[in-house]
This record gives sequence, structure tokens and C-alpha cells, in this order.
Amino acid sequence: MSVNNNVLGLIFASLHDSTVIELTKHRTMGSIMFGGRYRLIDFPLSNMVNSGITQVGVITKSNYGSLLDHLGTGREWDLARKQGGLHLLPPFSQSGEGVYRGRLEALNNVWSYVEHSKCEYVVLTDCDYVANINFEKVIKQHIDTEADITVVYGRYKYSEESGSCVDVLEMDETGRVSAVLIDPLLSGECNISLDMFVMKKDFLRKLVKDAASKNQYSLVRDCLQPKVKEIKLMGYQFDGYFSRIDSVKHYYEANLALLKPENRNQLFKSGSPVYTKIGDNGPVKYGLEAKASNSLIADGCIIEGTVENSILFRGVKVGKGSVVRNCILMQGTNIGANCSLTAVITDKNVTTEDGRVLTGSDSYPVYISKNAKL
Amino acid sequence: MNAKKKVIAMLLAGGQGSRLYALTQNVAKPAVPYGGKYRIIDFALSNCTNSGIDTVGVLTQYQPLVLNEYIGNGQPWDLDRMNGGVHVLSPFETKEGADWFQGTANAIYQNMRFIERYDPEYVIVLGGDHIYKMDYSKLVEYHEKNNADGTIAVIDVPMEEASRFGIMTCDAENRVVRFTEKPKQPESTLASMGIYCFTWQKLKKYLIENENANTGSKDFGKDIIPAMLANQERLFAYTFDGYWKDVGTLDSLWEANMDLLSPSVPLDLYDPKWKVYARHNNMPPQYIGESAQIENSMITEGSSINGKVDFSVIFSGVTIEEGAIVNYSILMPGTVVKSGAVVEYAIVGENCVVESGAKIGISPENIENRDDWGIAVVGHNVTVSGTAVIKPKEIISENV
Repeated sequence: MSVNNNVLGLIFASLHDSTVIELTKHRTMGSIMFGGRYRLIDFPLSNMVNSGITQVGVITKSNYGSLLDHLGTGREWDLARKQGGLHLLPPFSQSGEGVYRGRLEALNNVWSYVEHSKCEYVVLTDCDYVANINFEKVIKQHIDTEADITVVYGRYKYSEESGSCVDVLEMDETGRVSAVLIDPLLSGECNISLDMFVMKKDFLRKLVKDAASKNQYSLVRDCLQPKVKEIKLMGYQFDGYFSRIDSVKHYYEANLALLKPENRNQLFKSGSPVYTKIGDNGPVKYGLEAKASNSLIADGCIIEGTVENSILFRGVKVGKGSVVRNCILMQGTNIGANCSLTAVITDKNVTTEDGRVLTGSDSYPVYISKNAKL
Repeated sequence: MNAKKKVIAMLLAGGQGSRLYALTQNVAKPAVPYGGKYRIIDFALSNCTNSGIDTVGVLTQYQPLVLNEYIGNGQPWDLDRMNGGVHVLSPFETKEGADWFQGTANAIYQNMRFIERYDPEYVIVLGGDHIYKMDYSKLVEYHEKNNADGTIAVIDVPMEEASRFGIMTCDAENRVVRFTEKPKQPESTLASMGIYCFTWQKLKKYLIENENANTGSKDFGKDIIPAMLANQERLFAYTFDGYWKDVGTLDSLWEANMDLLSPSVPLDLYDPKWKVYARHNNMPPQYIGESAQIENSMITEGSSINGKVDFSVIFSGVTIEEGAIVNYSILMPGTVVKSGAVVEYAIVGENCVVESGAKIGISPENIENRDDWGIAVVGHNVTVSGTAVIKPKEIISENV
């Protein structure tokens, strides 16, 4: 099968914004910074490109300025193309009822884009999971099992505190989903949906138009959950590394999890690189008294102090005598001299004066908002 | 016909760089890695972009494969333009036959048709083997203000080094009165940087005359400049006072990398207003491991460091294992230094493997006769076995 012209990728960049409200104050889910030099949308977008999908629509909702800036023409993902390529789909309400409430309503609003695409299959994904997954395999299983819809799932230690909007899937022995549970009252290891779906465009059209006629909007709540007996919904098990971003705490943990080589090696695989906007920063410069250990440090940083167990995004400065431990310092953070930061997340362009002390805990990291001056 | 351009740049990138030995065995000198994430040519190309010059001809000749691939469509330097942009110009065959570029002037002469397509007022001629940040628009401004026919960028060098350069003698207005190639007794300390701005119609006349005179050298320094001076053309010297480093030898390449680690060297790679652009290869941020000890070094994305790194420049995708020691060295992209290996005062090329126990180079403090000391060099794609000892000044280009 030639994937190229046959599959359309659709990324929902703005679902789940409310789960990480601190981080989405100035941006949308897809443009949240992750892993030192990426934004969350880089992962689904790179997955699509690495799976041979060359036409991708990005559906946004609000606060998408930073997302547009990040994606540009799509060149860094090799998606600045005449045939297919990247299309940004900001909210466009046909019904005159304002912006959409769920996937199906969003799709109805941009349906003409989907309809005009020369594709037989569509891959839908959100931006709340970080994973390196090959969709070609999902599409192949989808075709082989003659499913109506294939949903990607992973094994996950679920508990009621896992955050919101978790879809737990129950499956029979053939891999067909027999029940969809939304935020159920249970705990233990179970199969959760990774919010990635494959189906035929024709099938999706029926779902979208049917929902619109009934004033329904949610793919999972209005369609998959009630119709699980009618629709042949198959599960595809993804057994690679993934992390779920559904709270600031989980965001913090997911970043620090990259310090473990087994996680990092699964997310950054040779052969399926993660693409992102190029920053043209210089290499990292370590000063005479610098100390760094167990940290992921992006280019353009200048380290004069001590950095341990931390993720430093591009262009972060750590002054002389400062100690940064268990921290996530986003792009342009400037830590003065003799500061001490433990379990802190600084958003973009935070600056601290000399001698500041900030201490959070691993279960409740301190979050400092964008452009703050301390 | 293309739209007229006021200024276009011609970048001479054909040099073999034979004094870089193993590092230029299969690549042209301008494509040699420098400064952690750059190649030498990035500086001249980025200067063009930052100076507002959007049309650049890159003249290649020696081993152009890597260089051509690297330049590509010019996108990393913003030189993928509808009109203009970067063009790689290789020697070509005509009805009269095929010819290699015979000298710097001949290389430009053979590409006059490229230049004429843009009908420029001024042509800037650049070398591809220097590390510097320079605003060429100021050079053009100076050229215009003087109503000059040619302007030569010069840098003040120490008197004792002056005899290594082409030296300009100027009058009070900075008009060049004499030019001497590598003088034994220099009259001045203003050295030519090999960066010229010419009024195109003037240069064109001299290129044609030089070609017809068939001097054999067909060189800017040897032929064009002296001929223009002999005819009393208006040549001016433009003094540059920033960082400028020739990286034509292994020692100078090593020094120029080490300069980046010195706080007193005025070459800022972190200036957001004058970025140095380079082609990137999508690598995750560098990982600094628990056992890493890093001091005064530069390290680039995709690297994984667990060993000890002092005063070194580490390129992208380099692995330094726990127990490995790297001092005062330059490790080019993709190289692996295994546990127990020691690399000191060395340049190691791209994609090399330094096995456990290998020793490359030595500190000048640990050598008896100071004259025996020098940089140890390993070429690209070389495996250095665990029993190998690479001595100072030694240059290795095959597995040992």
C-alpha cells in the first residue's frame, strides 16, 4: 500500500487544554514545550511524517498564536508541499454556534478540507500523549481486521486520580473493544485509549454528519461508547514508551522520565526522528565552575552553575554558584548567580535575580509563569 | 533575465585545503566542521544573510559532494529565494572545451554569465575558509562613499606576523598605494583578508584583460589587484576590527575552536541579532549523565556524555562513555570515545570510534622535548583500536 496519498492525518491541537490550565494560559495543548526542544505537537506530527503521511490538517481552537508560529509552513516536518502538506485549520463555525465542543463537531466545521483530500483513510490524533508510534502498522492492522475504527491503546496504571478524560477500553479475545469507560471508578493496570484513531474517510463522514444532525459533538461519548456493539471498534496495542500529559504534575513527571535512557531511547529512535522548529542556537557552553549531571540540555544554554536531574530548554542561562535540581526550565529562562531552585517549572523567559531560592516538591512542583521576573 | 541586484556575493569554496590533510581527504575545506555545530562555510553564508545579501554564487571544485549536499537549496541560511538565493557553481564544459578553475580570478571569470544575469552594481568576493562575523553592507557603504573601484577588507596584524599576509600600504585617506604579497620587510601591518568589494563593470574589464594576458596565476592578489593599482584605479582599504581567523592549518583549526572557550575572544555565537546559521539534523537535546564531569567546554545536541570533558568542543551526536577522558580536544559529529580511552590535544574527525584503552595525543606538559609536541589528528570514519597510541603531530586517516 502506498500510504502517501491514501491517508490524511488530522491532529487536534487544542483538545484537553483545560487539564493543564497553567501551561495553556498563553498557548494551546499542541504548543506546550516538552523534552528540552520540542512542543507536544512535534510528536504526533513527526509520527505521521515518519509513517509516510504527507497531508496533515491541524485543528486548533484558541490561543493558537504560538502554534502557528511554531508550525509555520511545515517545512521542518517536510510538509511544505504542493501535494498535500500541512494545513492549519483554525476554528470555523458553520453552525454559527461558536467554536466546537468535541472532535466530531470540529470535523464537521472543517469537513470540506477533509472531503477534498485525496485519501481513503484518516488518522486522528490529539496532542496529550507523547510517543513514537508508527501509524503504518496501525493502518495495516485496521485493513487486515476489517475494522470500522481502530483505536490505539496502551497499558497504563490507572487510578481515579489519573486526571480527567481517560477512556478505559475493555476488549474481547479478538481485540475488539467491548466497552468504553470514561473516567471509571476503578484502579489498577488497564488499557487506556491513546486518543489515536484510524478509519475510512467514508466512515468518518457518516459519523460526523450523523452527529451534526443530532446536535452531538463527541466521538467517544456520543458515538463509540453507546454504539460499541454496532461499530466494529478494534484495539491496536502500542507497547512502546508513552506518557500522558493531563496535569502539571504529570507534565513534570513526563519530562523528567526522559532522563531514563530506556524511555529516551524509545522516544528518540534512530530512523524515526522527532522533528521540530529549528532555533539556530549555538552549542551548550559550560563554564569553568559548571557541574552537570543526569540532565537533558538543549542547545543555546550557557551553564556556569550546577544542574542536576533537570531538563533545560533552548537558551537557558544558569549563573555562577546557582544550583538547579529536579527542574524544568523552559526556553529563555535566565537564572542569576547564587540561586537555588528545586522542583521548579519555569515557563518561557522567566528571569530570577541573584540569590533567589525556590523550592517545590516532586509531588507538587512550583510553577512560575511566562515572562515572570523574580 | 532576473531582477537586478545591487550586490551579489561570490564565495570561493573550491580550495582543497591540503594543509588540513586527513580532514579534507574527501571534503572541501569549507565543509570542514567547526565550533560544535557549524561548518566553516556557515560563517560566510550567514554573514551574507545577516548583511542583507540574498544572492550568492558558491564556486566549488575540489571534492564538492559533501559541500553541495550541505548547501542544498540554501534554506538553512534563508537563501532559498524566488529571485537570487544560493547557487553552487561548478566548473563546466563549453564549446571551446572544459576547464577547471585555474585561479581565484579565473573562477570568477568563468562564471561571469552568472553574475551578469543579476546585473549587479557591486560584486563581493569572499573566501570560504575563515571564521569571522562581518557586516558586508558596511563594506559596500564604505566602497560607495569613496566612489571606489575596489575595496579590500584588511585587518591589523602584529608586525612579526605581517610577512605571512598580503600587506596594503595606504595613504591618509585609506587609499591603497601599494600591495605586497608576503613581504619580507612589511611596510605596514594592514593584511588583506581576501574579502573584496568591486564595482562590477570595473572588475569585469580587469577579469577579461587578465584572462587574455594569460599570466598563469589568474589570481586576485597576484594579478587583479596589482593591475588595478598600476592603472591608478581607486582601491581602498576597509579596516575590520573583529575576530577573524584563518583555519587553513590543523593548528589554526584547533586554536580557532579553542578560542570559542575563551571568554576574552570576541566571537559570540549566542547573539540573537547575528545568528550563525547551519544545517541541522534533528537530534534530541544532549544528555549529561550522572558520572559526567564537564568543565569549560562546548557540547552540541544529540551527544551523550558520561566521561570527563575539559576545554573541548564536542559536536553533535558524540558519545563519551564513563571513564573516558577528553581534554583540549575537538570531537567531530558522531564520534564515540569508549570507556578508558584518553583523548588530549587532538582533533578527531566525524564518525570515529576510539576504543577502550586507546590514547590520542598528549599534553605539552607531559612531553620532554617541547618541539615534539603538536596536535594529534584522526581523520573521518576511523576506528582507533584499544592498543593504539597516536602521538602528538601524528595524522591518522585509516584504522589503526
